[in-house]
Amino acid sequence: MSDLTCLTAAALAESLAAGEVSSVEATQAHLDRIGAVDHAVHAFLHVSTDEALATARDVDERRARGEQLHALAGVPIAVKDVVVTRGLPTTAGSRILEGWVPPYDATLVEKIKAAGLPILGKTNMDEFAMGSSTEHSAYGNTHNPWDLDRIPGGSGGGSAAAVGAYEAPLAIGTDTGGSIRQPAAVTGTVGVKPTYGSVSRYGLIALASSLDQAGPVTRTVLDSALLHELIGGHDPRDSTSIAEPLPALVAAARRGATAGLSGVRVGVITELQGEGYQPGVLARFEESLELLRGAGAEIVEVSCPHFTYALAAYYLILPAEASSNLAKFDGMRFGLRVVPEDNPTAERVMAATRGQGFGDEVKRRVILGTYALSAGYYDAYYGSAQKVRTLIQRDFDAAFAQADVLVSPTAPTTAFKLGEKLDDPLAMYLNDVATIPANLAGVPGLSLPAGLSDDGLPVGFQVLAPAKADDRLYRVGAALEAMLENTWGGPLLAQAPELETR
Amino acid sequence: MSSLSRDEVARVAGLARIDLTPAELDRLAGELDVIVESVARVSEIATPDVPATSHPLPLTNVFRTDEPVAPVDRDEVLAAAPAAQDGKFLVPQILGEDA
Repeated sequence: MSDLTCLTAAALAESLAAGEVSSVEATQAHLDRIGAVDHAVHAFLHVSTDEALATARDVDERRARGEQLHALAGVPIAVKDVVVTRGLPTTAGSRILEGWVPPYDATLVEKIKAAGLPILGKTNMDEFAMGSSTEHSAYGNTHNPWDLDRIPGGSGGGSAAAVGAYEAPLAIGTDTGGSIRQPAAVTGTVGVKPTYGSVSRYGLIALASSLDQAGPVTRTVLDSALLHELIGGHDPRDSTSIAEPLPALVAAARRGATAGLSGVRVGVITELQGEGYQPGVLARFEESLELLRGAGAEIVEVSCPHFTYALAAYYLILPAEASSNLAKFDGMRFGLRVVPEDNPTAERVMAATRGQGFGDEVKRRVILGTYALSAGYYDAYYGSAQKVRTLIQRDFDAAFAQADVLVSPTAPTTAFKLGEKLDDPLAMYLNDVATIPANLAGVPGLSLPAGLSDDGLPVGFQVLAPAKADDRLYRVGAALEAMLENTWGGPLLAQAPELETR
Repeated sequence: MSSLSRDEVARVAGLARIDLTPAELDRLAGELDVIVESVARVSEIATPDVPATSHPLPLTNVFRTDEPVAPVDRDEVLAAAPAAQDGKFLVPQILGEDA
């Protein structure tokens, strides 16, 4: 592992700006690292070596000419395969899109390209982002860099593992029920789900349109703030995009790391702890609370009684919206087409294509959603779940009247073994119990590493803030990160076992 | 509320245009209970006085000015299609023989 791959994105950006290193060198170092460890981690579905190096060369030339460049210009990045990239294959982890090359870029990819970040490749994920372990990818498992026999979380296990294994300093994730934050928690990395509408959804392959949000996956809180500021902001091509500037996120992260938390009220959510949470997870959570208290924060207990219904509401809303969104995968205009014998009609081709092209979990959820939306059931199913959404929003409103941020463990357990929960969908869904409420209410959330549990695996600490107050996540997150790293004597990832290279 | 029958799963899979093998039908019939349990759970608190929320943040409809913009390149789109001819998508017959 070279020194260049160990740098944070912020430090690498400074070295690039100072001319101490070129983007070609930095990009090649990460491509070499991918070549050395990705046979074991399998974070990437596609590595775009030529395109990444071409971008890096271009940035180096522009820098040499004295052009004014974006702060992150030349810093390589990995992109989750649910985000469309013109000229690079995009599968969303599904056979139904195998070999598809999109004819356009997502807005966030346009911004990444305009800023001159070399795109290293596309990262593995649960098929159409349906899952919490990346085991539902049609292209094989991603492995947790801390223990290759364990899950990297999901659905964005590829992005989290890529960052955790030093294959990329930055990555893009998407979070519908926890798919950025839960992988961050189990891989000892940082992930942020921005406020709904903070980052454009144009060019994301939609799972549940009222819940989906793209965000940063990094190794530090400051790096997430830098990436969030790059990809966020209003986009006329997304009608749900917030037509206001982002809060000052990088400034909030820098302030948090140095200025303490005097006067900040931190609310501990009663319903997101206790039964079902591993003792080691709760112990690390309590230690982090003590650090926050020591930095001047006021810790208060808040109750969100309807959060215990969030999982049930989510598993009605998500399949309903997914079944509508996935109707476009019909074998007519892009992706796989399976043609049965005997000169079939388009309708039979669609059913054969979807039967062969979708994996088990996708079929399960599309059929659930179709049932929930079918005649006679809509009000009782989707309608009732939307009422729960109102109650959860009211819980958040009441809690944020008492506290500036809310906190909980990100996930109830550390990374489990690959295969352990594959046959038990309900147990799998419980991974997201602490992350789903934020999606239902549209509020932002951040996960950062809080230490290792009794089993030696990373634990995540979640910070939630009111809608459009994403800056609070970065202030509190950076403050806690600085204090934790002080007690550990460095980043938590420095304690991860060395990966075997080839 | 009872669980979903195998026939019901087959009917819904037809609506969703997904061919299922007999083995898949058997398995899914057992796994779809999650929706029945979810409905029972949300029904405990989804009382008539609670308004539904369709969206996390308040939304108003958005219009753009009616100005022409460059479309996505047609050849690039068709290059990614399962079949194309004469600059158009080529699809199987829409109607059956007896339609």
